Amino acid sequence: MAIEVDGKVLETDEEGYLVNLKDWVPAVADEMAKEDDLVLTEEHWEIINFLREYYDEYQIAPAVRVLTKAVGKRMGKEKGNSKYLYSLFPYGPGKQACRFAGLPKPTGCI
Amino acid sequence: MAKADFETPELQEFVDVPEIAEGTMAHLSPFVAKADHNSDLNFPGELVDDWHEKALAKLDDLRSRYRSLQVFLDSCVKCGSCTDKCHYFLGTKDPKNMPVGRQDLLRKVYRRYFTFAGKYFPKLVGAEDLTRETLDEWYSYYHQCSQCRRCSVFCPYGIDTAEISMAAREILDSIGYGQKYCNEIITKLLKVGNNLGLPGPALADTLEGLEEDVEDDTGVAVKYPLDVKGAEILLVTPSADFFAEPHVDGLIGYGKVFHEAGVTWTISSYASEAANFGMFIGSYENMRRVALRIRKAALDLGVKRIVFGECGHAWRVAYAFLNTLAGPFDFLDPNYPVPQHILEFTWEQIQQGKLKLDKSANDDKVLTFHDSCNVARATRMGNKPGGQLEIPRNVIKAVCNNFVDMHHDTIGERTFCCGGGGGLLTDDLMEIRVKGALPRMTALKNVIEEQNVTHMAAVCAICKSQFTKVLPYYGMEMDQIVSVHQLVSEAIILTGQESDEEEDDNGEEDE
Repeated sequence: MAIEVDGKVLETDEEGYLVNLKDWVPAVADEMAKEDDLVLTEEHWEIINFLREYYDEYQIAPAVRVLTKAVGKRMGKEKGNSKYLYSLFPYGPGKQACRFAGLPKPTGCI
Repeated sequence: MAKADFETPELQEFVDVPEIAEGTMAHLSPFVAKADHNSDLNFPGELVDDWHEKALAKLDDLRSRYRSLQVFLDSCVKCGSCTDKCHYFLGTKDPKNMPVGRQDLLRKVYRRYFTFAGKYFPKLVGAEDLTRETLDEWYSYYHQCSQCRRCSVFCPYGIDTAEISMAAREILDSIGYGQKYCNEIITKLLKVGNNLGLPGPALADTLEGLEEDVEDDTGVAVKYPLDVKGAEILLVTPSADFFAEPHVDGLIGYGKVFHEAGVTWTISSYASEAANFGMFIGSYENMRRVALRIRKAALDLGVKRIVFGECGHAWRVAYAFLNTLAGPFDFLDPNYPVPQHILEFTWEQIQQGKLKLDKSANDDKVLTFHDSCNVARATRMGNKPGGQLEIPRNVIKAVCNNFVDMHHDTIGERTFCCGGGGGLLTDDLMEIRVKGALPRMTALKNVIEEQNVTHMAAVCAICKSQFTKVLPYYGMEMDQIVSVHQLVSEAIILTGQESDEEEDDNGEEDE
């Protein structure tokens, strides 16, 4: 599979995750969101950027609790919960947001 | 991502045995493993040219290695007892999802090549050639079995479809036709230490975060230690406990129980996973490689006990196979079960009165309990038969005032699988996961409507994740599934804990 962003064709896996993490540019997230019938707002970007920062440091997406805590700190306590994250990313913050952020899919019993 | 292109079954009062509809699930196959994931597990990277010979040779090898497999292939008398017992058949109507239908996919090939009648009169005995279509059918339908073994409870011969399904997957792996989800995950575990691929530093960061949270919450410094040499207990828990909800709330609970029990404990970054997907793919060799990591971690850290967290199939591997795979554990303290389940540990603490519990902390809920298939049908807890069914309920009742069971045909050893076990907990199999959840969802809906149940507790990482995903398909909320130790965590009053808003009605604590 592949996704076309800014005239470039980027390789994705069967589930739509970027194969090469280095291919990521912000327009990838916009394009993937469009395919999922979402429009990315500033709130979405806060999450996507946090995921990328965390991944840079730890080579893995943050655990749900780590993510909700960080969101709570940055965006207000009332937003530091999974419900809020699911309202932004209906297919799940772990999976959908990671895909938009160009990170590999988290695997396991999750 | 593609939206669901299937219909969620409608919930009725009972799950009626459906009229069969051939081939309704023939289209569904999981993603095939990539070459490097197969080869990391010592399987051929891709489907080998001589797959026909190799597959038959493997089948021959397995039936000689496992007498049970041979017996299961020989002894079915087509009595029909299993036909309406599989959640995947009930949810899909596909006769190949009847346990006997699933078994026959392998049995017909076994008969053709390994029995006298099948060699000379194949049509008379339902023997068939192994073709490429058969192979694809195996790949499809043996990945629509969660190896939950409910059918085997009802089979008069005790035929275990799970074992047949494991053998079929082992054959497929041995010719380079493995499943992406399982094989990628085992590879991650062997390289990083857990299914998630959560490296040590991320794990340390996550655990530190939990310590902060619990201290913020309670004022007590409960530790979630990592790689502490000389600790008494090694906790081996599914990595989902570090990562996902409601799993992590259970992990918080284990830590509180250990804290109050006054034992020292640690998690290992090297063996930071209880799950052992080697069992799902029927690969003894890979199951052993995974299990040996736990042995090594226990030896390296010098622990005296091993305790397993809430994970269904892990407890089966631990309880039934660990000693064979990675024993002897003569370096552990023989005064305790080797290994022990966290529920056994907690129940013992409760019985000894070591935990101060405020049941009313869970008064906002009415609980029911989902028996996980591997725990219910393949293990035990405590020293009495049925302990694996009783102890989780005892613990829940010790920490909650409101508990009711679901219909008796859907719990205990007759429990229905969550729909996501056995290596099926992957998005590419969402259709079978949702449809297979039908019997459990029906039983749950009934206790919600009739007995005001608000939450269902479980002791398996797969069950928890599966329900989080499928509950909304059936019009329920994702957070209606909770960890048993999450309930313990809510009720436990830590020594020295700052009392919060309940200060003004402290006359109520007379449990």
